[in-house]
Amino acid sequence: MNIDWPWPWLERNLDDIAEATGQHLYLALLPVLVGLVISVPLGWAASRWRLARGILVPLAGVLYTIPSLALITLVPLALGTKIIDPLNVQVPLAIYTIALLVRSVSDALRAVPGDVIAAATAIGYRPVRQFLSVELPLAVPVIIAGLRVAVVSAMSLTAVGALVGIGGLGQLITEGFLRNNGVELVVAIVLIVVIALLIDALLLLAGRVITPWTRAGRGVKA
Amino acid sequence: MIEFQAVTKRYPDGTVAVDSLDLTVEDGRITVFVGPSGCGKTTSLRMINRMIDPTSGTILLNGKDIRESDPPLLRRGIGYVIQHAGLFPHRTVLDNVATVPLLSGVDKRTARSRAAELMELVGLPSTMAKRYPAQLSGGQQQRVGVARALAADPPVLLMDEPFSAVDPIVRDDLQQQLLRLQSELDKTIVFVTHDIDEAIKLGDRVAVFRVGGRLAQYDSPSALLAKPADDFVSSFVGRDRGYRALGFLTATGIPVGEVATVRAGDAPERAREALVDGWAVVVDEQNRPLGWVSADLLSTMDKSVDTEALVSGGSLFEVDSSAGGTAGSLRNALDAALSSPAAVGIAVDGTGAVVGGVTADTVLSALADARSSGEVPG
Repeated sequence: MNIDWPWPWLERNLDDIAEATGQHLYLALLPVLVGLVISVPLGWAASRWRLARGILVPLAGVLYTIPSLALITLVPLALGTKIIDPLNVQVPLAIYTIALLVRSVSDALRAVPGDVIAAATAIGYRPVRQFLSVELPLAVPVIIAGLRVAVVSAMSLTAVGALVGIGGLGQLITEGFLRNNGVELVVAIVLIVVIALLIDALLLLAGRVITPWTRAGRGVKA
Repeated sequence: MIEFQAVTKRYPDGTVAVDSLDLTVEDGRITVFVGPSGCGKTTSLRMINRMIDPTSGTILLNGKDIRESDPPLLRRGIGYVIQHAGLFPHRTVLDNVATVPLLSGVDKRTARSRAAELMELVGLPSTMAKRYPAQLSGGQQQRVGVARALAADPPVLLMDEPFSAVDPIVRDDLQQQLLRLQSELDKTIVFVTHDIDEAIKLGDRVAVFRVGGRLAQYDSPSALLAKPADDFVSSFVGRDRGYRALGFLTATGIPVGEVATVRAGDAPERAREALVDGWAVVVDEQNRPLGWVSADLLSTMDKSVDTEALVSGGSLFEVDSSAGGTAGSLRNALDAALSSPAAVGIAVDGTGAVVGGVTADTVLSALADARSSGEVPG
């Protein structure tokens, strides 16, 4: 394989790389967002009803074990989408996200102390407002932890989409192989890893900013 | 007024938590539900704000059946304090206290200024407003819990074992504060505890529950101690109940005798002349007691009565006096006498100055008088 000094190739292809990166982010992040929105009510149901938990949590475990390539090729059959529709990648990614987060959300909600919930009810919260302003905020640290795993795995799984002709940085990898272009290959891999780490760091930071109480140390007494 | 009318709570598995409870909670008083675990006291409390609905029977709040009220709205009008405070860990102390006014639609600024007033009322410094609950001690958290419950100024306050998870000294402090708050606020308070001492200390009326959710006795604390309804109540009320009952009889009017006093710094020879039965109370410039001195002790002092070397005194008891003190009880007086090295209890006035002494005999004859005049149920 041929790894030349990368600058000339990089310069010629900067636009393509930028486009592929944008595509990659769109392909990876939108499903995570959709997955998160779906996971919250599912996780809530699993935290609340034993039956829902008995079905949802094992189901999530099974879904997560389906190989990504299999899921990506199954989706067009199931949904009737065209063979190069971005949904073919995005639906599986959303499924993986849900598989990861349902359990996180459920566990996080179940970990909210009983006396806090009892106090909220006794004080006169209505159920929906209580969930949004007491239970969900307290579940945020655990949900963020699950979300970080989901984002990083979505970033790497999106690359597999290139095998079925969906764009993104994965395309640069397959192209690099075909053209025996080591630079293209390395650039794509590095970009995927770096962007994944950046988003992970951003999530970590955002999580810290919105949960100041978790760092309020004990032992500070007047 | 809260009225329980034939209220029963039976769970699907057949357990009866509360069995046909009839009871009236009076306005502006502290009513304590006390009993061993499994006696239904907490269930009864939680039925008042519809955290639990009864299987049968009716609960009236100010004459109105609580089943006609929307539970969240009903609860916003009833303050609630639980064990471990149940504070919201993700909200600052100020925002915890402001919760109920905010829920009721008060704007944020008004709710927060109200919360700040409440923090002051329960004795929390304003520097704590921005802290999170995890940064407070257990006692401080419990104060925040009380402030939160009072923030919307509800006429009724439910307290579910609020002080049972803090250490005894802090608990005593919180109990005193509750009594002080109640003397200012006149809330209708229902207080649940498993601690009979706490019940007797705080309650205007005490409801003793027995296992199986039956009311064993509903009475004033003094009547509970003097006339337990049955063996269960008398064993639950426990040992020393005769002695503890003295706590409900005021010591006002019991004859206070002379007590020998010497001033700190007096010459030992002068002090020796003042001793009665070999003992005297050493007092400071304001006539406040510092301790006891005996003939033996004086013989070890050469120049003056040394305040470092005194025998520490027993407890003191306060007599009602022109100095504006609150009268102690016969229990305080008897304890003062029994704990004194000279067998004489020191009586002080509102400023803490020595006004005389009492012996155990005096206290006992005062008790006998109270009995014959019918003040003590015999």
